[in-house]
Amino acid sequence: MNIPLVFVIAITLATIGLGIWATRRSRTASDFFVAGRSVSVFWNASAISGEYLSAASFMGVAGLIMKNGYDCLWYPVGYAAGYLFLLLFIAGPLRRFGAYTIPDFAEGRFDSPAFRKIAVIFVLFIGFFYTMPQMKAAGVTMASILGWKYWAGIAVVGTVITFNVAIGGMKGITIVQAFQYWVKAFAISVPLFIFFSLTSFSHLPPSANNSVATETPRVPADVELTIKGKDAYPSNVMSFSAAEPTVVFFPKGGVLDKVGPVRKPEKGEDPISADQLIGVQAGLQVDASPGPAVPKSIQGGYMIQPGAMVVTRAVVVTKDGQPVLKDGKPVKTTAKIEFGGTEPTTIHLIKAGLKGQIGDRTNPEAGPIAPNAPSNGKWLNPYGPLTSKWGYPVLYTYSLIIALVCGTAGLPHILVRFYTNPDGKTAKRTTLWVMVMLGAFYVFTPVWGTLGRAIMPALYANNATDSLLIKLPTLLENKTLGAILTGITSAGAFAAFMSTFSGLLVSMSGAFAHDIYGKILKPGASAQSRLVAFKIAAVAVGAVSMLLGLCVETFDIATMVGWAFAIGAASYFPLLLLGSWWRGLTKYGAGAGMLLGGLASLSAIVCSMLLDKKVLTWEVSPIVRSLMEQPAIWGVPLSILTMVVVSKMTAGSVPADVRLKMLRLHAPEGMGYSKDYVTE
Amino acid sequence: MKDAIPLSDDEQEKLLQRVMRRQATLSIQVAVIFILVLIGLPLGNLYLPDLMGSPVIGFTLTWLILGVLFYPLTWVLSQLFVRKSEAIEAELVHTAEEGR
Repeated sequence: MNIPLVFVIAITLATIGLGIWATRRSRTASDFFVAGRSVSVFWNASAISGEYLSAASFMGVAGLIMKNGYDCLWYPVGYAAGYLFLLLFIAGPLRRFGAYTIPDFAEGRFDSPAFRKIAVIFVLFIGFFYTMPQMKAAGVTMASILGWKYWAGIAVVGTVITFNVAIGGMKGITIVQAFQYWVKAFAISVPLFIFFSLTSFSHLPPSANNSVATETPRVPADVELTIKGKDAYPSNVMSFSAAEPTVVFFPKGGVLDKVGPVRKPEKGEDPISADQLIGVQAGLQVDASPGPAVPKSIQGGYMIQPGAMVVTRAVVVTKDGQPVLKDGKPVKTTAKIEFGGTEPTTIHLIKAGLKGQIGDRTNPEAGPIAPNAPSNGKWLNPYGPLTSKWGYPVLYTYSLIIALVCGTAGLPHILVRFYTNPDGKTAKRTTLWVMVMLGAFYVFTPVWGTLGRAIMPALYANNATDSLLIKLPTLLENKTLGAILTGITSAGAFAAFMSTFSGLLVSMSGAFAHDIYGKILKPGASAQSRLVAFKIAAVAVGAVSMLLGLCVETFDIATMVGWAFAIGAASYFPLLLLGSWWRGLTKYGAGAGMLLGGLASLSAIVCSMLLDKKVLTWEVSPIVRSLMEQPAIWGVPLSILTMVVVSKMTAGSVPADVRLKMLRLHAPEGMGYSKDYVTE
Repeated sequence: MKDAIPLSDDEQEKLLQRVMRRQATLSIQVAVIFILVLIGLPLGNLYLPDLMGSPVIGFTLTWLILGVLFYPLTWVLSQLFVRKSEAIEAELVHTAEEGR
C-alpha cells in the first residue's frame, strides 16, 4: 500500500468536503466573494496564513536553503517581514476604504472606471506568475510519491482544485484555508521532531569551522541517479568538484550533450577542450591519469556505451600557456556536463581510486563529492552562490529584500482577504497574528535545508532540491515510519499548493467576473449571472495555469514566487502606498507608474527566464543580468517616481472629493467616515 | 454605523491633517527601525564578517539573527504598532465626540 498516497487523498477529500460543507452555508454574492466580512481575527489570520504559505514556502524555501545556503534565508524572512509594511501603511486604510479588490480600490479612489481595467491586468499578471510554481510543486510531489510524469501531477491536481473553486467560492475557502494553515504548520514541524528523536546530531555539517570551509558533502557510494535530458535544461547540468576526480558509471549508456569547464573562462585565457576535462575509464582503479578521449557522436555531443565509465579531471587554467594564479595557487577547474538524449539517463557516481566499494555505505569518505553542491564555506557564509551568481552579491541581496518586503503588499489574493475583517482595527490585529503564525512556520525551513544538505546530498546531483521535504523522510531506517512522514509532508505540500492556487483562482476569476464581466463587458449584470461568469472564468484560468506550469519544471519554486513578488512590488505596492497616503496622486500618475514599473519588471524577469532556458542568447553584462533577475531595486523606485512626476503634471485631475476619500481611508471607524465601497 | 459629524470644509481639512499626521508619524517611526535592520544586516555581513561569522551552536551569529531572531523582532514591532495605533484611534474618536 502506498502510504503517502493515502495521506494525499485524505487531505484532498478533507479539503473538498470542507469546501462543500461551507458552500451550503454561503448564500449571497457577498458571502461568495468575501465571506460576508464577518470572520474572527484568529480564523482570518489562520486563513490568510494558510493562503499565503504556498508551495514556495512549504517546499521551495527549504530546497533553496539547501541548495544555496545563507542567502536564501532572506526568502522566508522577506515573506514574513512584508506583512510589517502591510500593517504599517496599508492594512488599516485599505480595509476602511471598504472595497472588494484592488481594482475596486483603484476605481473608488480615483473615480475612474478606466483605471480599473489597468489594475485588473496586474491581478492576472501576478496571479499567473504565482500559479506557475504552485503547479511545479504539484508535478514534483506527484512524481516523487507516485512516480507519475511531471505533467500528470499538474493535470490531476490542477483539475481537482479548479473544480473545487468553481463550486465553492471564497466562503468555502476561508475555512478551508484556515484548516490548511494548521495542516502545513503540523507537516513542517512534527516530522522534524520525530526525525531528530530517531537520529543523532553527528550527521550535521561541521559548519562554522574555517578549517573545513572547502569541504563539500559527499553522495553515498551506491546511489543511483536519474538525470533528465536536454529538454530539461538547466536541470540536466552536472558541475563536478575540481578537488578530486569523479567516476560516472553509465549502466545503460547515455548521451552527453555538452562538456565544458565549470569555471567560466575569463578574457584571454586559453580554451579548455572537453577531452582535457573527461576521459573514458576502463576499470574502477582510477587515478587522475589521462584515459582515452570520449568518442564523439555523429549527431553532436558524446555517445556513451552501456557499462562505460567516464572520469572527470581537474585542469589548471592557463593564460598564454602560464597557469592563472589566485592567492598564489594555480586555479583549477573541471567538467560541467550537460546530459543529452530525450529519455532520462541513469548513472552512478563513484569516488575515483576505490575498488569494489560500490555499495559500501559504512565509510562516509567512500562516496564522491556531490556535484552541483557548494562548499561548506560558500554555503554557510553570506554572499554565496545565489547572490554571487552574476558577481554583484550586495546589489542582488538588497534587490531581493526589496522585492520580498514590498511585494507582499502587492499580492492580489492576499489583499482581498483584508476585506473579510469587520473593520480597520481588526485588520491590524489580524496582520499581527499572521506574522506570528508565519514566523512559527518559517523558522523550521532552515532546519530542513540544513538536514537535507547533511544527509541527502544526492539531491544536489540531479538538481532536485525542491523535492527535499518529500524525499528526506524516506531515509529513515524504519520504512513504514518514513512512509508515514513522507505522507505527512506530502499532505502539507498538497495543502500548500491547494490553498494558494485556490486563492489565486478566486482572485483571478473574481477579477474576470466582478471587474471584466460585471463592470466592463456587461455593466449591471445580475449577481446570479456574475456567479456563472465566475465559475466559467475559474475553469479557464485553471486550464491556463496548468499549461504554464508545464513550462517551468526547471526553475526553482521559491525563485519563481520571488518574481511574482517583484512584479507586485513594482505595480500594486506603489499604488496602495501612495494611494493611501498621498492625496496628490492622480489616476494618470498611478496608472503610468503601475504600468511602467510593473511591465518593465515583468519584461526583465521574462527575458531573464528565457536567457536561463537559452531561448534567448543575448550577450548581457553581469550587472545588467543581476538587475534583470532581481528587478525590484529599480522597478519599485521607477514606479513611485513615475507616479509622483506624472501626478504633478496632471494635478488638475485630482478627484474633487479627495479629502473625503482620505478621511474614509484614515479616520477611525468611530467617526463614521468609512463605508463599504461595494454594498450588497 | 454612525454617520459622520457634519463639518465645514475647513474643519474637515483640519481633522484629516490631524488624523493622518498622527498615524503617519507612528508608522514611519516603526518602519525606520525595521528598515535600519534590513539595511544593516547585509552591511554587517559585508564589513564585519568575523563578528557576524562568530560561531553560535554549530552555525554563525548571522544565521541566528536571520534564521531565528528576525521573526520575534517583527512580532515586537507589530505589537508595538498595533497598541499605539489603537490608542491614537481611541483618542481621536474621543476628541471628535467631545466636539459634537
